[in-house]
Amino acid sequence: MHSTMESVGEVEAAAEKIATEAGLDEDQRFHVGMAVREATVNAVLHGNEYDPSRMIDVTFENTGADFIFTVADEGRGFNPDNLPDPLAPENLLRGTGRGIFLIRSLMDEVHFRQLHPGTELMLIKHLAPATPKT
Amino acid sequence: MALTIASREVDGVTVLDLSGRITLGEGSVQLRDAIRDLIGKGQKSILLNLGEVNYIDSSGLGELVSAYTTSKNQDATLKLLKLTKKVHDLLQLTKLYTVFDIYDDEASAIASYK
Repeated sequence: MHSTMESVGEVEAAAEKIATEAGLDEDQRFHVGMAVREATVNAVLHGNEYDPSRMIDVTFENTGADFIFTVADEGRGFNPDNLPDPLAPENLLRGTGRGIFLIRSLMDEVHFRQLHPGTELMLIKHLAPATPKT
Repeated sequence: MALTIASREVDGVTVLDLSGRITLGEGSVQLRDAIRDLIGKGQKSILLNLGEVNYIDSSGLGELVSAYTTSKNQDATLKLLKLTKKVHDLLQLTKLYTVFDIYDDEASAIASYK
């Protein structure tokens, strides 16, 4: 997909559709939709620097046990361990820097992989096991 | 749904009734422009009614913070009214709940400016 806000909207809508089909409740659907949106915005805006000629690669998977989303950009890459803590008092009034924090807070697992060039984010939400029938 | 902003005056307080999403490209810029416009006109008491805001992303949260700091730097006071559950939860998660003065009912919010 091209690095545009239209792509972000399409990915967000797809995530919410798949989360609904996976049986997630309203809060979980919101969490998944928001985390997917934030990850995609990061790829488009920070990774590919909003250059429509650069592509983002997006995948969704429902394994039955997990909802798995990946987004990869073609950017310079970054070290997720070097990000400022947005909850620190000195950062609380900053206008930016909450995206990765939100992703980590809203999903069960978040993995970063450097692609040289580019970064891949993998977001995982564990799906509740089906209630056994009695 | 994109963001719509309606402005009204109540006892010297400018209430901005926001409805829709505050996200990158869908409301952040509108909110920034609305706050700058009010500050530019010398308005000192601003109340953001978020009762119809059903979605906000990190960019929108940043815009709320910027609205707060812009107001404070110009000796204006910006407060929040009627958070939806989603916005409330995000403000708690990001500790921004501790930054803003937040009200559930408009009369109390308006009275707090006196």
